[in-house]
Amino acid sequence: MKMKLEKHTNKKKQLKQAIAFNLFRLMSFGVVAVLAIILLFIIVRGASAINWTFLTAMPEEGMTKGGIFPAIIGTFYLIGGSMLFACPIGVLSAIYIHEYTKAGFIKRFIKLMTNNLAGIPSIVFGLFGMTLFVNTLGFGDSILAGSLTLGLLSLPVVIRTTEEALKSVDDSFRIGSYALGATKLQTIRKVILPIAFPNIITGLILSIGRVSGETAPILFTVAAYFLPKLPTSIFDQTMALPYHLYVISTSGTNVEASRPMAYGTALVLIAIVLIVNLLANGLRRYFGNKVKMN
Amino acid sequence: MYKIQARHVSLYYNDFHALKGITMDFLPNTVTALIGPSGCGKSTFLRVFNRMNDLISGVKISGNVMIDGEDIYESKKDIDELRKKVGMVFQKPNPFPKSIFENVAYGLRVNGENDKKFIEERVERSLVQSALWEEVKDKLKKSAFELSGGQQQRLCIARALAIEPSILLMDEPASALDPISTAKIEELIYELKKNYTIIIVTHNMQQAGRVSDKTAFFYIGELIEYGDTKEIFTNPKNPRTQNYITGRFG
Repeated sequence: MKMKLEKHTNKKKQLKQAIAFNLFRLMSFGVVAVLAIILLFIIVRGASAINWTFLTAMPEEGMTKGGIFPAIIGTFYLIGGSMLFACPIGVLSAIYIHEYTKAGFIKRFIKLMTNNLAGIPSIVFGLFGMTLFVNTLGFGDSILAGSLTLGLLSLPVVIRTTEEALKSVDDSFRIGSYALGATKLQTIRKVILPIAFPNIITGLILSIGRVSGETAPILFTVAAYFLPKLPTSIFDQTMALPYHLYVISTSGTNVEASRPMAYGTALVLIAIVLIVNLLANGLRRYFGNKVKMN
Repeated sequence: MYKIQARHVSLYYNDFHALKGITMDFLPNTVTALIGPSGCGKSTFLRVFNRMNDLISGVKISGNVMIDGEDIYESKKDIDELRKKVGMVFQKPNPFPKSIFENVAYGLRVNGENDKKFIEERVERSLVQSALWEEVKDKLKKSAFELSGGQQQRLCIARALAIEPSILLMDEPASALDPISTAKIEELIYELKKNYTIIIVTHNMQQAGRVSDKTAFFYIGELIEYGDTKEIFTNPKNPRTQNYITGRFG
């Protein structure tokens, strides 16, 4: 009688295990499948539009022909500009939060605020950027205003990932350094930052991925519908890939005719994000090895 | 004449009374072993001498600690200077993710030494002192992480010696090592005694007996007995000391 009972529960257990296992597997495969379908869709539709002219020429005939060169360049300008702004501020404030503040009200308050910053919809950033940078500070619709707005948007990501990177540095390194008479600043500069560097870089590059795809924050601050020439200063407007994609998909001169251009633009945008991510991995590995060697 | 004098040292972690009025003197060029069951306060007491407890929030300390006749807890004491004078080796080897050379040079560099030749000489001397030189002299540029655990611990000792402290604090320096590495560290302690005042925390009674001149037995934050190692191990005055060193509790 007892044997039978055991056998029964055993079978039930195994069945439960199998169901759970397959459920988990199904879900994770599902995620991969969705991603693959999106990629495939964009590649199939967009690949035919991609050629040398498309990447290096100006748009022509109401953006139904020609290339997207100014949008590519503009996106790179915005990535560079926003990182120039967000990297130092984000990394330095993360160092302050993690290395200097003691557990308590101030630390909790700063963390709460940075987390809330991450939750603000990007269109609100756009509105804020327009009010502050474009109008109040008088930068006008410009690369400067757009970069600052995108920088603000990526700050929480930079702060959070830098904080995580610092957290992953074992305390024994800090204590070992203090025990040799090093000051806090020396310890941070010579021991902690070099160890945390690969992970900080990864965080920065992940935020580049976010910045390069955002449309709303640049809508009111920098993005141009169409420009006949490339920007020459940080006070010029520029075209950018995500906004260009939005424009030619919704309000171009001929939406149907520019459809292939739209998919081509999407493909270029995805490719840039993908390349940046691969670069992040490569850099992390490179610096990871270097840290051990120094 | 005494290198270190501790007077009525009490320490609180928030509400927890970790050290209860410890008074203890240390002679120069001696090895003193601090023994006692886990949580008795011996490691905390060790960290009193280089003010490492200051790094933990909620620590309050009272009493007096004099090193070479100077109060190390006076309000304008330069803690970085103190830590230069009082080196420390930890339980787990904690070399930096830098080369073997840079690990030993680190203490010199952070203390403002830039002379390349001087640093090279000092690194070599420290590695010789810590009995590691022969094993690493051909791979100084290699990562410290390529060394074995025992070698890493001797590297950490070299790192501490490089800035010429006069006191060396060792917090269970061999507890994470195999017997052969442990024997090497113990030999080293014996050698270093000639130039340094050493305080070592250990859970290993045989080790305390082998390496130390003086032994102090701690129990729940109190110093129960302190005296010559031979005396403590052969003829302890306090029954609790006897019970502990004979392995009846702890």
